[in-house]
Amino acid sequence: MSQATLDLAQPRIADAVPLASAPGYWKAVRQRLLRDPVTIAVTLVLCGIVFISIGAPLVAHADPYVGSVLGRLKPIGTPGHWLGTDETGRDLWARLCYGGRLSLLAGILPVTISLIVGGFLGILAGYVGGLVGTLIMRTMDVFYAFPSILLAIAICGLLGNGLSNSVIALSVVFIPPMVRIADTVTTQARQLDFVEAARASGTTTMQIIRYHVLANVLGSILVYATSLISVSIILSAGLSFLGLGVTPPQPEWGLMLNSLRQAIYVQPYVAALPGVMIFVTSMCFNLVSDGFRSAMDVRLNK
Amino acid sequence: MPDLMPAEPPVLRVDDLTVRFRRRNMDVAAVNGVSFALARGETLTILGESGSGKSVSLKALMGLLPDYATIAGSVLLDDRSVLDLSPAELAKLRGGAIAMIFQEPMAALDPVYTIGEQIAETIIQHEGTSHAKAMHRALDLLDHVKIPSASRRLKNFPHELSGGMRQRAMIALALACSPSVLLADEPTTALDVTVQIQILLLLRQLQQELGMAIVFVTHDVGAAAEISDRIAVMYAGRFVETATVREIMRSPRHPYTQGLLASTVHGGLRGRVLETIPGAPPNLAHLPPGCAFAPRCRHAGDLCTRSDVPVTASPTGAMVRCVRAVPVPISEVSA
Amino acid sequence: MSDPRDRGGPAQPLLLVEGLRKHFPVRGGLLHRQVATVQAVDEVSFSLGKGETLGIVGESGCGKSTTARLLMRLIEPDAGEVVFDGDAVGDRHGITVNAMRRQMQMVFQDSYSSLNPRMTIAESIAYAPRMHGLSTKEGLARADDLLAQVGLTPRQYARRYPHELSGGQRQRVNIARALALEPRLVILDEAVSALDKSIEAQVLNLLSELKERFNLTYLFISHDLNVVEYVSDRVLVMYLGRVVETGSVDSIYARPRHPYTRALFASKPTLDPDRRTAEMPLTGDPPNPIDPPSGCRFRTRCAFAQPICTGLSPTLSAPLDSADSDGAHLVACHIAEAQQVRHA
Repeated sequence: MSQATLDLAQPRIADAVPLASAPGYWKAVRQRLLRDPVTIAVTLVLCGIVFISIGAPLVAHADPYVGSVLGRLKPIGTPGHWLGTDETGRDLWARLCYGGRLSLLAGILPVTISLIVGGFLGILAGYVGGLVGTLIMRTMDVFYAFPSILLAIAICGLLGNGLSNSVIALSVVFIPPMVRIADTVTTQARQLDFVEAARASGTTTMQIIRYHVLANVLGSILVYATSLISVSIILSAGLSFLGLGVTPPQPEWGLMLNSLRQAIYVQPYVAALPGVMIFVTSMCFNLVSDGFRSAMDVRLNK
Repeated sequence: MPDLMPAEPPVLRVDDLTVRFRRRNMDVAAVNGVSFALARGETLTILGESGSGKSVSLKALMGLLPDYATIAGSVLLDDRSVLDLSPAELAKLRGGAIAMIFQEPMAALDPVYTIGEQIAETIIQHEGTSHAKAMHRALDLLDHVKIPSASRRLKNFPHELSGGMRQRAMIALALACSPSVLLADEPTTALDVTVQIQILLLLRQLQQELGMAIVFVTHDVGAAAEISDRIAVMYAGRFVETATVREIMRSPRHPYTQGLLASTVHGGLRGRVLETIPGAPPNLAHLPPGCAFAPRCRHAGDLCTRSDVPVTASPTGAMVRCVRAVPVPISEVSA
Repeated sequence: MSDPRDRGGPAQPLLLVEGLRKHFPVRGGLLHRQVATVQAVDEVSFSLGKGETLGIVGESGCGKSTTARLLMRLIEPDAGEVVFDGDAVGDRHGITVNAMRRQMQMVFQDSYSSLNPRMTIAESIAYAPRMHGLSTKEGLARADDLLAQVGLTPRQYARRYPHELSGGQRQRVNIARALALEPRLVILDEAVSALDKSIEAQVLNLLSELKERFNLTYLFISHDLNVVEYVSDRVLVMYLGRVVETGSVDSIYARPRHPYTRALFASKPTLDPDRRTAEMPLTGDPPNPIDPPSGCRFRTRCAFAQPICTGLSPTLSAPLDSADSDGAHLVACHIAEAQQVRHA
């Protein structure tokens, strides 16, 4: 009886929950993200775009490769082709859905590759510094000498067109800025007192990088990478537009924009649709990146 | 002993100044009814710890607070109400009749202009003199604040000067238009001891020569003892005690002032456990009712938390905001 | 007063520093060549007895913080020997830097930036013990224990993040973190300088309690002469990278010998409004440690400078009339004795 009252008076939750399960940093970030309506809305839109791309056969019943000479350049709202048709009479909805696959791939893959390669090189250069750092950073400077789009065009021209070559070209283009960001934030993080304190407590370099540097650096790099995705989508669309990336008749938004260009006076709304998709997708990635940045700043919206 | 009841009208008169910061879900009561009057040639030190509202009060006097600050009360500078001025009039006032020096001179000095140009520019803006004349005045000012080889320093950029020299240059800039009130926001805090005493002595001397009034904000009891005529001790946005520097240093009456002085470390306390004020200052967003110091006060009773604490003023002009305070006979004060 | 970890008995100094030197190159120009040298720390030697508190005072640029970082090996010294309880640090026959770091910890001035903002208080304290092999659970248990030791209720604070705490509370956490490896020597680098006075007193009381409880030795670095006088047993006065005077706190504060030490003490604001400082003890700022003056580094601001001061660097030695001191009071000045006669 008295036992029960004691339990009520002094809830044992505090003791029952082991200290190890203290809300970790990433959990706090997630909670803050969930309280940000813009980021949630934008993420939902992005999920929608990813869904219609991956599940293209489910949402679009028309074949994206089969056109009809009679049904060319139908306006939006045509029965059977609710978003109209393109210059060879292919269903635009189907092509937008299937095109999302390549466009998203061409947007995300180069950024992921450059994130891994560039992030590694940058953290190495920033933390180790010295000769290694100088060597890495000067090499990157060589790439900086070329405007990014020209560099991408040059590499694509060299390797020949095709999706994989465009991914390689864009990865090369994105590695230098990624290295530079990673180097800068790591150099800053290395000088923080708590990193010094960790060094002073005799922990190894790898442990310090893992516990202190990475957590404080990864946020900035990830945010930057997310904002690069939109650039990557636009650049790869640009390469396709120039005929250097994806080859026709494969559906891809940049390429579609190019081929519909001639129809701009006949069906302006239809011709603009691939452009709208590129715009919306890259905008969404930018907003998600902003949301991540504010959620990861511990001092903000506490 | 300075004149506590100035016969001539005060240069600066502040009545019931309150500042609140309202933003989103925050409502911070930074300054809660500050009143004082300042005569020509007088130095009032506002002594307080971080978050006591001392810097905010100073910025309110200069009209330097952000838009989301709500300011009430009255500030009379030479019988002009500062709080009612338009932004243009305020800009004219700043650097003219009222000037301010800061803890960090780099914040007040523009890095892309030379010291001479900056001072001359202020003079030209406020008084419309010729450039040559203004430069000449700038040279005089640098001499006045004892910058060695002033004519050479005139052509220096702020970053080319050492810390103490920069502080002097900022003081020269503040004095450019012979202000009647100088506001000093912790100007010696970031300096080394040997430089700090130089700046304190300089301010004291300049004040004697120019007769301006100084409001000196600091957290350092030592600096306050060196420079002030009167000290106002600030806690949680209120003056808890105001008195002459002697009264404060020798017979502090408010428990907070007593605690602050007792916890000021010096060698005489070696081997003894320091007297401390328990706890920490209150959150200005949730001030307790009554005396804000009551939660940390060893003498606190029911009366302290019930309602606002009355102010006890003594005939010498000293003031204390504590229920335990009894008026002090004059003989004891002047002894 | 005997600690099982003592190796050489209580009389052997816990820390012996001999000829510590660090010169930073200043690079500039197109080719990134060395154009000057900052002589941050130059031939600094001292010893620190077990259970003692040694205060290091000096103005900005005097090398006191660099000395702390050199001792922790956060930066590599150019020259000099550090002996920790009889073992030369980094020497083949001595102990490794990491072994020394376990016994020597540091508290920094900036309580906020010295804590990882992404770790809870408990995680930060438990970090070092975990890296040295404790399990997460054991580490967090120790963190709880240490939080209680520094006066913070574990239940209330363990899971908080640094930005949720006040400056004084954060500095308590930093002290707890420094104690997590059970060090014997704690370097306090301006550890109370950023705190408000009423909080500073609380932390100073805590430090003296902890010193007793854990049998600690302190190296207390500060620019605040009052605080150094209060906490220290012995004092080291530094000027532009060199030690100018050292001795027991009583001897130095009662009879400072070096002209710089005198000026420094005279610059201290008085707390008595009737005895205000009337004349400035020194003019100008401390000179730049880049290419400091030859000979005695203080000579450019010294009122007593003689030709000999330009040519010859004074070494630390006992003043001639050192009858009153126990031989521990040393001063690096050519004319200290001359002055002593004048003031006697």
